[in-house]
Amino acid sequence: MAKHVLRLVAVAYVLLLLVLPVAVIIWRTFGDGLGPFVEAMTSPSAVHAFKVTTVVAGWAVVLNTVFGVGTALLLVRHEFPGKRLLGALIDLPTAVSPVVVGLALILVYGRFSPVGGLLESWGIQVIFSTPGMVLATVFVALPLVVRAVVPVLEELGDEQEQAAHTLGASRLQTFVRITLPGIRWALGYGVVLCLARSLGEYGAVAVVSGRLVDQTQTLTLFVEERFQNFDQPAAFAAATTLALIAVVTLLLTKLLRPKDRSDGN
Amino acid sequence: MTAITVRPVRRPAGGTAAGLGVAVLYLSLIVLIPLAAVVWRSADQGPGYFWRSVTTPDAWAALTLTIGASALVALINLVMGTAIAWVLVRDRFPGRAVLDTIIDLPFALPTIVAGLVLLALYGPQSPLGINLAYSRAGVVLALMFVTLPFVVRTVQPVLLELDTEMEQAAASLGAGPFQIFRRVILPNLIPAMLSGTALAFTRAIAEFGSTVLISGNLPFKTQVAAVNIFGQIESDNTTGAAAISTVLLAVALVALITLDALQRWGSRRG
Repeated sequence: MAKHVLRLVAVAYVLLLLVLPVAVIIWRTFGDGLGPFVEAMTSPSAVHAFKVTTVVAGWAVVLNTVFGVGTALLLVRHEFPGKRLLGALIDLPTAVSPVVVGLALILVYGRFSPVGGLLESWGIQVIFSTPGMVLATVFVALPLVVRAVVPVLEELGDEQEQAAHTLGASRLQTFVRITLPGIRWALGYGVVLCLARSLGEYGAVAVVSGRLVDQTQTLTLFVEERFQNFDQPAAFAAATTLALIAVVTLLLTKLLRPKDRSDGN
Repeated sequence: MTAITVRPVRRPAGGTAAGLGVAVLYLSLIVLIPLAAVVWRSADQGPGYFWRSVTTPDAWAALTLTIGASALVALINLVMGTAIAWVLVRDRFPGRAVLDTIIDLPFALPTIVAGLVLLALYGPQSPLGINLAYSRAGVVLALMFVTLPFVVRTVQPVLLELDTEMEQAAASLGAGPFQIFRRVILPNLIPAMLSGTALAFTRAIAEFGSTVLISGNLPFKTQVAAVNIFGQIESDNTTGAAAISTVLLAVALVALITLDALQRWGSRRG
């Protein structure tokens, strides 16, 4: 009896809090067929927002993947003073509000700061432009690849890497032939999480982008701006697109999650 | 646990140093220097100005609402997260695997979309006839949405590892189900439950996107700290914004240090 009550409470909670709200928005978007959805998503502003989102998220994922794999290798395979501190600092972004991230970047890279002014004199505008949005996105998604790769690297051990090294493989060869295949699922998991976080970032990007319609507007900013301007169909269409991306992400991470693949590949 | 018996051969120290240099530079340029700039800016005009920025009526109202609502949401998660984790591990029913996958939805869904979907079900056009828009209940709802996975995902693995033999022993010695839960299961779960709650709390005080649409951002009523900071940045009061940001960072730091202490306490007991 108690078992059934608990099951009912848990399922009802998740249903009312997560499932039904998402279902309502999908139903509202497609309630009148595919036509209004396609129309809303092919408007010039929506297409532009989609492009901006892709460019920003693309850069952020590439940068964080390179940094993530490099740092994970450092943390697991190398010894140096301050290793624990570096590990703790990697997790710092998860505790910072997105708005604070935006403020922090404006204070350093804004036009009226020394660094921002110098970059501006070289013709590089960071804030209210793509570089600032990339920086903000990199900031919020920074720990994801590192945290996905570190446990697998630890479990893998380095006997095979050493064997390759002894047999005369260069460090690059060892990395490409031995290390990379060993961590590929975990890396995929981290990259998918990083991509989802980057596509969906709102607060930090809202601050550093200046929210200029048709210039620095990403898809999440488009959702908010359309909704505030009483254009519900466009806001719902973009929100549904982002929600569907989230569902695909969820299924992909389920496939790639390291703990579910404990028996090797 | 795989024991690593062979210690790494000393690699060229130059490689470590170069890699470390690049990693620290990347982290510094993007995270550390900008965050230091926030703290620096908040102190820029002396402690008196800092204190006045934090205690302006609207900033103070936003901070107390944020901390109060986050504490409430953390408590809700402590109970509901543990219950959901229990159902996922100990109960068997069709659709359990789907439930297990859906729990992570708040991690994947953009926060602005989370706010919008909640407004669609619990806003002025609610098909259920429940309107929480522009109310503090709406803020709590948004925070409940984004923090749902934390306690579930910290308690679940501990519950999976937990040996049921102890429970059987307790039952055979005449303990009732409630007694078994309180005396045998709960002591093992408490460290994980508390660390999940601390994570949910730090996430909640930082939250921005999901509260923007459903709260209406009414000062003194539904405006959370992150929205207040956003407003101050928009009106070019970066020093005031930095002061409130610093308070948020400090509260998060205290929560994380507590979390670290809890984990050490948990692993000592384990």
